[in-house]
Amino acid sequence: MSLLNTILLQAPAVKTGLAQAGGAIGAGIAALGAGVGIGQIGKGAVESIARQPEASGDIRANMILTAAFVEGVALFGVIAGLLAIVL
Amino acid sequence: MCKRVFSLFLLALSLLAGNAAFAQQEGLPGAKQAKEGFNATEVIFGHIADSHEWHLFDLNGKPVAMPLPVIIYKPGAGLEMFSSAHFEEWEKMEDGKTKRSGSYNGYHLEKNMKEKLIADDGSKIYDISITKNILSMLISVVLLLWLMMSVAKKYQAKGSLTAPSGMQNAMESVIIFMRDEVAKPNLGHKYKKYMPLILTVFFFIWINNMLGLLPGGANFTGNIAVTLCLSVVAFIVMIVNANKHFWSHLLNPPGVPLGIKFLLVPIEIISLFIKPVALTIRLFANMLAGHIVILSVISMIFIFGFLSKVAGIGFVPVSLVFAIFMFFLELLVAAIQAFIFANLTAVFIGQAIEDVHHHHENGQEYNVTNEEIVA
Repeated sequence: MSLLNTILLQAPAVKTGLAQAGGAIGAGIAALGAGVGIGQIGKGAVESIARQPEASGDIRANMILTAAFVEGVALFGVIAGLLAIVL
Repeated sequence: MCKRVFSLFLLALSLLAGNAAFAQQEGLPGAKQAKEGFNATEVIFGHIADSHEWHLFDLNGKPVAMPLPVIIYKPGAGLEMFSSAHFEEWEKMEDGKTKRSGSYNGYHLEKNMKEKLIADDGSKIYDISITKNILSMLISVVLLLWLMMSVAKKYQAKGSLTAPSGMQNAMESVIIFMRDEVAKPNLGHKYKKYMPLILTVFFFIWINNMLGLLPGGANFTGNIAVTLCLSVVAFIVMIVNANKHFWSHLLNPPGVPLGIKFLLVPIEIISLFIKPVALTIRLFANMLAGHIVILSVISMIFIFGFLSKVAGIGFVPVSLVFAIFMFFLELLVAAIQAFIFANLTAVFIGQAIEDVHHHHENGQEYNVTNEEIVA
C-alpha cells in the first residue's frame, strides 16, 4: 500500500504518464477477466461434450458464440484503457 | 499432399509479410520521437485511421498512394471538389504531434491521430469527401451486389427446385443457416419481413471485416462512426416495429409494486438505449483491437531493429508466427462478430415484436400469481 502511495504522491510533481499507466493496467485487468470468463465457458463446454458426445456440434457453436460475447465485454475495458491514454 | 500445400502456404504468407514489413521501414522519413527511430504510433494510427488518400506502401522512400477526391460543402459557398493530391508538403506543427499539410484553395489537412480537413480561416465546413473508408465501403457494396445478384439470377433462371451450382451452394447454406438459427427462433412467424435486414447486416459486416484484413485494406468496421450507423439502423427498425405490448412492458411493467416501478422504469429505458450502444462498441472494439495487435506485433520487429540489428532480425520469426496466428484469429473474429451483430439485431427486434398471447390470457392484472410474474 505504501508503494502505491509513493507512486501516486509524486505524480503531480513529475508529469509522468500516470494516465498511460492507468490505461494499460486497466486493459490488462480486463484481459484477466476475459481469460477467466472464457476459461469457464470452455470448461462447461468440454464437460458437456464429455457427458454427451453427440451434441458436440451444438455445444461448440454455443461455446464460440458465448466466448465472443465475453470477449466483447473485455474489449469494452480495453477501449476504456485506450481512451485513458489518448484523452 | 495437404502437408505440402500447407507448408507452401505458410512460406508464401511469411514472404508476403516480410515484403510489407520492409516497405514500411523505408517510408518513415526522419521520425522524431524521444528515441530516434521508428515511430510506431504514427505507423499504427496511419493504418487504422481514415485518410484522404489510399496509401498502399512505400517504394524507394516514395509513397505509393492513390489520392482521393475531396468534396467540401461550405454553407454559403456551395460545393467544392478537387483531388487530395494538391495537399503536399507536410510539416510538423508547434505541439510536435500534429502534422499540417500545405494549403490549397483555402483548406489544409491536419493530422494528429485522425486526419481533419480545416479551412485556413477557421470557418465551418462540411467535409463530405470520398475518403479511404468510403471508397472501401463502395468497393464492398459493389462486391456484395455482384455476389448476390449473380446468385439471384441463377435462381430466377433455374428455379428453386433444381440442384444449386457454383456460388449458389455457398450462399444457400449460409442463408439457410441464418434463417434457421437466427431469424426463425428469434422472430417467430414474422421472420420473412426482417430477413433482408438480417442478411444484409450479416454479409455487409462480414465482407467489410475481411476486406480490412487484406494488406492495404481500409479499417472500415473498426471505425466507430460506421458501427454506430449500423446500430442506429437496427435501433430504428426495433423502435418502429415495437408493438404496444413492448412499450407497456417497458414503461409500466405488470405485476410490479409501485415503489419498485420508480426504480425499474428508468433502468428499462436505459437498457433500451444501451442495446445499440453495446452493438456499436462490440463490433468497433473487436475490429480495432485486432488490427492494432497485428500492426503492433509487426512494428515490434522495427522497434527492436532500431535498438540493434541482430535483435531485429532475431525477432522476425517470433513476430511472424504471432502475426500469422493473429491473422487466423481475426478471420474467425470477422465471421463471428458479423454473426453476433445479426443475431443480436434479430433478438432485439424479436423482443420488440413479441406477441401477447403467451403472457396474460385475459389481460387482468389483479390477482397476479407468482408464476405470472416470473413468466
